[in-house]
This record gives sequence, structure tokens and C-alpha cells, in this order.
Amino acid sequence: MNDRLAVRKTYKLYVNGAFPRSESGRTYEVTDVKGHFLANAAWASRKDARDAVVAARGAFAKWSGATAYNRGQVLYRVAEVMEGRHVQFCAEVAAVEGLSASKARAAVDAAIDRWVWYAGWTDKLAAVLGGANPVAGPYFDFSIPEPTGVVAVLAPQQSSLLGLVSVLAPVLAGGNTAVVVTSKERPIPAVTLAEVLATSDVPGGVVNVLTGDAEELGTWLAEHADVDGIDLTGAPAGRAMEFEREAAGTVKRVVRPPATEPDWTADPGLSRMTPFLETKTVWHPIGV
Amino acid sequence: MSVFEYAPAPESRSIVDIQPSYGLFIDGEFVDGTGEAFKSVNPATEEVLTEVSAGSEADVDRAVTAARRAFTRVWGPMRPADRGKYLFRIARLLQERAREFAVLESLDNGKPIRESRDVDVPLAAAHFFYYAGWADKLDHAGLGTSPRPLGVAGQVIPWNFPLLMLAWKVAPALAAGNTVVLKPAETTPLSALLFAEVCQQADLPPGVVNIVTGAGETGRAVVEHRDVDKVAFTGSTEVGKSIARAVAGTHKSLTLELGGKAANIVFDDAPIDQAVEGIVQGIFFNQGHVCCAGSRLLVQESIHDEVIASLQRRIGTLRVGDPLDKNTDIGAINSAEQLARIKELSDYGETEGATRWQPACDLPDRGYWFPPTIFTDVSPAHRIAREEVFGPVLSVLTFRTPDEAVAKANNSTYGLSAGIWSEKGSRILKVANQLRAGVVWANTFNKFDPTSPFGGYKQSGYGREGGRHGLTAYLKGADRP
Repeated sequence: MNDRLAVRKTYKLYVNGAFPRSESGRTYEVTDVKGHFLANAAWASRKDARDAVVAARGAFAKWSGATAYNRGQVLYRVAEVMEGRHVQFCAEVAAVEGLSASKARAAVDAAIDRWVWYAGWTDKLAAVLGGANPVAGPYFDFSIPEPTGVVAVLAPQQSSLLGLVSVLAPVLAGGNTAVVVTSKERPIPAVTLAEVLATSDVPGGVVNVLTGDAEELGTWLAEHADVDGIDLTGAPAGRAMEFEREAAGTVKRVVRPPATEPDWTADPGLSRMTPFLETKTVWHPIGV
Repeated sequence: MSVFEYAPAPESRSIVDIQPSYGLFIDGEFVDGTGEAFKSVNPATEEVLTEVSAGSEADVDRAVTAARRAFTRVWGPMRPADRGKYLFRIARLLQERAREFAVLESLDNGKPIRESRDVDVPLAAAHFFYYAGWADKLDHAGLGTSPRPLGVAGQVIPWNFPLLMLAWKVAPALAAGNTVVLKPAETTPLSALLFAEVCQQADLPPGVVNIVTGAGETGRAVVEHRDVDKVAFTGSTEVGKSIARAVAGTHKSLTLELGGKAANIVFDDAPIDQAVEGIVQGIFFNQGHVCCAGSRLLVQESIHDEVIASLQRRIGTLRVGDPLDKNTDIGAINSAEQLARIKELSDYGETEGATRWQPACDLPDRGYWFPPTIFTDVSPAHRIAREEVFGPVLSVLTFRTPDEAVAKANNSTYGLSAGIWSEKGSRILKVANQLRAGVVWANTFNKFDPTSPFGGYKQSGYGREGGRHGLTAYLKGADRP
């Protein structure tokens, strides 16, 4: 029996490639489903959310300007690095979601495989969603999908890892940068995922992870003028309509929350990528 | 350069038969509205053309009920190929009655007959022809097999391209199997009411297309009706935001095509004569009443004086006047209200320090008119560089490097369209890639086609009209949440 005393981790935010505490100094207690203490998570403030948006905006040009092949490899790398932390993720998901070891393993497997799935999409979107348009005139005319910009993601409250990856990866695959608000009561796997992202060639600022309360962070992100889109999947019940109204003030692209949290193991199709993709159409005359 | 003298060449208005009053088109019939009727005016003469019913909330409810019934009983269950055939019929009827539509559109809207005849009406017919072909091919629209229509679409359209915007809205909605309640703009309802006659001639089943005329309140009733499944709006960003707020928290899906402040970028290696034609086409087409108008000219500093001189020479030859005259380049401003807005912003331009230039140009005594106008010495902070004027007013700014051009072009809350003028292909493609705008015209401007997706980035809206993209805005598949 090993009687070594474990070194515990301080759970922090992930903003612009670094792991700061909340500037507010606030933390909140996170427990497992049985109520046992797990951690004091950083309780992100409005200032943290604003810093995260600044970081995401700063990272947008490089990430959206990377080749689709490069973005695909970076997302695949996330899966590779997650695989190395498989045991840790299983333990954390089991603890926060109260799953059996086998169900936790299934969730982690699916989360890793989802990165692989989206990694493969980056260089196919243009072919599937764009193309040449046969206009009735002497013009070459084509349409291509482009990322919307900075997307705020309110991650699901229940599915702490698979759900999180299922809403984050599609935003990144399209070339957007993200500010993610984790599950409030189950933030631990998200913080570990942030550590994976930090070591996976994902440029700093492309993903920013805020632990805390989607109820307050959601308001600030929905009204933030430099956020281009918002996924309200993890919005607290009763607040989604208000967030959507606030988002209308800057014509944000909005994904509404489902009535109940969906089955995240289902094939997601394109439905989580297209809301945060714009279509650009370019015309040029044909002549001599 | 002197202007060639032309004898007037007015298109005859005898082809149109405007009735003294019009009702609403609900469930296949014209019925009286219960709101207060309003007048539609020819903006070129201020002549009252006719009186039109205003749809009340109760009228909108009747229209939505008719649309729901038609969706459930007729249009939804119909063989897709037959839905397509109805749309082909409509396309053909629009072609057959093209001249009538063109004259009516110019009378009601004030746009030159050259444009209504050569652009608005043929493109409207082309949209129906294009989407007709989609009706029985929905499995191939990229939403998986058997995508479903959304149901009843509530559509609110603007006054700048009344028939064309109707076609952009109605054609994809019907092809996808939806039924529609459409509200035309208050100042330009007539071509939509003539379109209702076309629906009758096509034997389109009652309730598939309902047209409810009126002002903002009627539009609000359409948007907020509980039994509407899809809202499509083209108009100002301000109204678009209020619509997005109104549908928040509902099941309704929404597409918005809003305002713009397009940069038209002219590099020093551009073909100047072509660019000048493109600048004119970009800002003076349809009196500048175009959401995607090239209203911010960004010209490279080294060729600024040459471009402006050439532009002024060209603008001096534009003919402003009778919209029905086939020689007319610039018609009437659509309404007194819009004219006041254009005047206000232009005056503000001078107040803020920009320099106004207008050609010597005789304007008719009656009607709403504004001469083609250029502002130079414009800074990016000026209102005329930031706000949508929606009139024949061009703001000229300069840049030195391609990076500066892109930065200035993207410095806008809008992102609908942009133009690039250069003979260097690699530069065009790089700049096109960097511009945050939904439509980029390179060495051309203001071109439209039913196969070509159109719509904005940022606060210019979301969703696309035209092409496969425009169709999917009216469908839900397994792939769509």
C-alpha cells in the first residue's frame, strides 16, 4: 500500500493559453454526485469573460487563416493527447456524473472519437457546403463557408465531457474561436480538457474555458458586442429566451437550447457546424 | 463633357390597369382588410396611384389560418413534381406579363424602367424558374433524405426591389413545401398584388400564397403570429434586431437580410474606366436604394484624383428624371421620408467636414428627387462613412496599402457586400479572402443570380437567399436541430 500523500491540483480558468485564477478571487466548491469535496473551482467573473473574448478575438485571424489541413491535424492532436489521459478522464467523469466505470469509459471514448470525427471535417466543409454557382452571365461565381468569428459556448450542464466536446469541437472545426462556459456543477473534466488543449498545438486564445455560472456569464456573453455567435445549449432553464433577446442586439447567430439535454452519442451531422459558418460568394467576370 | 440631347422616350403606362382600390389576398381571393386603408403614391409625381387595404391583426390571423390549412391539406401532401410545375407556371406567367410588371414597378417604386425591365422582373422570373426545379429534388439539398418543410412562412419585404424580394422569399419557400404569408412594403404594394393575380392565373391552390398589405404594425402581426413557423425579413438592421428579439424563445426559425455599408476598393492597378463604371453601378443603381450598394469608395491614394475626376465626368452624363423614360439612369427617391433621411445624412456629412459634390442637374418640380452625390475628404468616423444612407450618395476614403484597405473595409458593423478593382488576380483572391462580407464582387458590382447565395456577415444578417443555401433556409432535416 502506497502511503504517499497525493499532490492535488488547483483548478483554474484557461484564458489566452494560460491558466489564471479568476481576477475576482472567487471560487466555489465542487463535489462529486455524493457530495464529497472534489475541488474549489475558479468562479469566473465578468472581467474574466471579457478577457476571454479579447483572447478569442486575438486568436481568430491565425486560427481561421490556418489551412484546413492544419486545423484538422491540430484537432486530431487533441484526440491523441486526450487518449494519454484516458484514465484520468474516466475517473473524473465517473466522479462528477456519478457514472459506473464502464459508462464513464464509454463517454470518454466517445468524446475522444468525436474530436477525430470533427478533425476529418475541416477540409471537407468547403466541398460539401460551397461550390461554383452557374450564374446566367459571363462570371465565375463561387461560394465558400467561412467561420463566423468568436463564438460563446454555454456547455451542457449534465454531460461534462462528451457534451462539452460535442459543442466545442464543431465550433473549432469551422475555424471559429471559442469562449466556453463549463457545466457549473461538473467543471472538472473541462479543466482537464483545457490542459489537453494547452498541450495539443491549439494556439493560445482559440479556446478559452471559464468555470462558473452560465446564468451570469451567459448574460454578459450574449450582450458582448465582440461575440459573433452563441450556443445556448447549457443555458439555465428559463434564461435562454432572455439570452437570445440580448444576442439580438448585435445580430448574433444563436443556437437555441434543446428542451432536454440530447443524447450526445448520436451522430451530430452538420447541425452544430453550420450555425457558426457564414457563406461568402465571390464574383469575377470572365473575359479577355 | 456635354450630355447628348435625347428626346423623351417614355414607356407607355397603358399596359397597366391600376384599380382604384385593392384588398388583401387571402385564401385565393381578394378581400377587404379591416385596418385603415392607405394610399400608394407614384414617387416621381406624388400622384396617388390607388388605395390599398391595411391588414389588421385579425386579417393576418385569417391569412395564417388559410396558409396553415393549405399547408396541411394541399401543398404539403402534394406530389413534389406538381409543386414544381406550379412554380414553373408562375415563372412563365411573370415572363409573359413582364412589361406590365416592369411599368407597374417603376410607377410605384420610382426606379428607372431600364432597371425594372432588365433586372427586377427577369430576375424575379428566374428565381421562380430556378427554385421550381428544386421542388422534387429536396433529397439532394444536403439535409439528408426526406427533409421536411417548416410550415407557414411569414415574410416581410422592403420597398427597394418589391417584386424581386417577393420572388427571393416566395420561390424557395414554396419549392420546399411551405406556404406563405407575405407583407409587402407600405410604399410599394402594387407588384405584390399583381403577383396575386398571377397566382390566380396559375391556379395555385388557395392559401398557398397570401399577401397582406400594410405598414409596420401589419408586419409585426405576421412576425409575432403564434402559428408562423418561419420568419424571413429583408430590411433595416434596426427592425431586424427587433424581429430577432420577437422570435427569441419561440420555435420559429429566422433569416435576416439587413443593411450594409459596402466598401468598394479600387487599387492603383485597376482598369480605371471599368472601375468608374463599376463605382457608378455600385452606388447609383436603383438610386442607391440597395442594401449591398457600394457606398464607401476606398481608393488608393496615388490614383485618387484621377478616379474622382473620371467619376465626376461620368456622373455628369447620368440622366435623372422620369422613371418611365427609357433613357433615365436615376429615378425618383421612393418616399418623402427616405428623401428626408438622405438629406439629413448628407447635410451631416458637410457638418462633419466632408466635401460635397453634385453635378449640375435639373430635377423635376414634383416628386422626390436627390441628385447623384459624392463626398470626398470623408473620415472613417463620419456618419456618412458608417451609416447606411440608402440613397445616391457615395463617400470616398483613401488608403495606401492593401492591409489598410482591408482594415478600413472591415471597419463596419455591417458585412453584406464589398467590391475589389484590380488587374492582379492573386491580390483579388487574397483581399476577397480577408473581407468580412457575404458577397464580394471583383471587377464587377451589384450582380445577382438565383443560383448564387446572397446574404450578410455581422449585423447585415444571417441566412442566405439564392442557390441551395436559400432552399435550406426553408427546410429541416435530420441534420438540423
